Amino acid sequence: MNKTDALIIGAGPTGLFTAHQLKLIGLDCEIVDNLDKIGGQCIELYPDKPIYDIPAVPECTGEELTNNLISQLKPFDIKFHLSERVEEVKKEDANWLVKTSSGNTFLTPNVIIAGGVGSFEPRKFAPKECEQFENKSLFYSVKDKDIFKGKTVSIFGGGDSALDWAIELSKDCKVNLIHRRDEFRGAQASVDKMRELVKSGKINLFTKYQMANAHGDQKLESIDIKHDNNEIKNLKSDYVLGFFGLIMQLGPIADWGLNLNKKTIEVDTEKFETNQKGIYAVGDICNYPGKLKLILSGFHEGALAARACFKLARPNEKYRFEFTTTSSNLLKRLGKKE
Amino acid sequence: MAKITYITHENEKHTIEVQNGLTVMEGAVQNDIPGIDADCGGGMACATCHVYVKEDWFNKLPKKEDGEDDMLDMAFEPKTNSRLSCQIIVSDEINGLEVNIPSKQA
Repeated sequence: MNKTDALIIGAGPTGLFTAHQLKLIGLDCEIVDNLDKIGGQCIELYPDKPIYDIPAVPECTGEELTNNLISQLKPFDIKFHLSERVEEVKKEDANWLVKTSSGNTFLTPNVIIAGGVGSFEPRKFAPKECEQFENKSLFYSVKDKDIFKGKTVSIFGGGDSALDWAIELSKDCKVNLIHRRDEFRGAQASVDKMRELVKSGKINLFTKYQMANAHGDQKLESIDIKHDNNEIKNLKSDYVLGFFGLIMQLGPIADWGLNLNKKTIEVDTEKFETNQKGIYAVGDICNYPGKLKLILSGFHEGALAARACFKLARPNEKYRFEFTTTSSNLLKRLGKKE
Repeated sequence: MAKITYITHENEKHTIEVQNGLTVMEGAVQNDIPGIDADCGGGMACATCHVYVKEDWFNKLPKKEDGEDDMLDMAFEPKTNSRLSCQIIVSDEINGLEVNIPSKQA
């Protein structure tokens, strides 16, 4: 069990700066993020795209912004829990008991949701029939490739993941590669290699086809794929792999009893607190009259939520507002003064 | 200025006048048309502003740029007439455009 003054969900720019604000005012915090790296959308969606509306930063990319925020956190010791998704948030007396997908638990009076537009999840197959096979015969990532040995595996997608796995598994499996168009967006070398394996009969390639149905009782037996011209083909398959990239989903946050408005969480504008005491939402995921989905707004929201956390984490102390230019307390925390 | 008709999955038609220079996605979002999420805000990075464009219009629109089809690979139920509405820029030439919104975006 990890005990902390505040748990931040989301390691995007807002989550990072909120951590800065918490540490600056003398609170502990830890950060959980479902991605395997720090930076959120800035890193996952647009690392190379310039941003022009960060105050006092005329131009920077998503990656530069993230790196700057990380270096701003250098004076502080902050624990990151990456590749973990917060699954459950439960009230326990004056605290929240938080459980993650990796089984980590946190006890904290303050939970700050800085979740952007939700967590990044694999995009799934459209037909409903696919659901029952999920994590048994149908996967969106490969954990143990040995289970596929000698089996027929149908791989969907046109990017590097689909190509790499098709090439790798063609060594000791029967591989069907299915993609919705003729062009592949993966690395040229992988595309060439795949085409070679198609020629030599190691990979069966079906383009302009998409998943239409999945058949089987307990175990998957076959799938139907549908051509652009509506022709349907049935493929015997022991396993199916789908690689359609990531999509942002609210995920389990929807079940925590918060007031939601579409994909956003309603908060007040004093503490950025939700309808649950001690749970805050900041950044793109929060909603209030006049909300702007700007990074700078997220910074402001995080700064105020951090001050609200102080009251619950240090009920017997009084928070005093201080400036980093003059406060010796703050300068000590920043490592600028003995 | 162009009149654009957004047809939801439930077959509700919303016809809206959208200013030249905006995208078809922005026209939808600014007018609260349901079903176009545009999570990434128009960066061609998420495929949640996916629409279907009727054949005759599809061929009249400026061609897709590099990367749009890559992103469409990740859309929910893409078809041959799929487009990302954030990549269709409104002009007088597309007055009367009709787009169908998929049953969901993710």
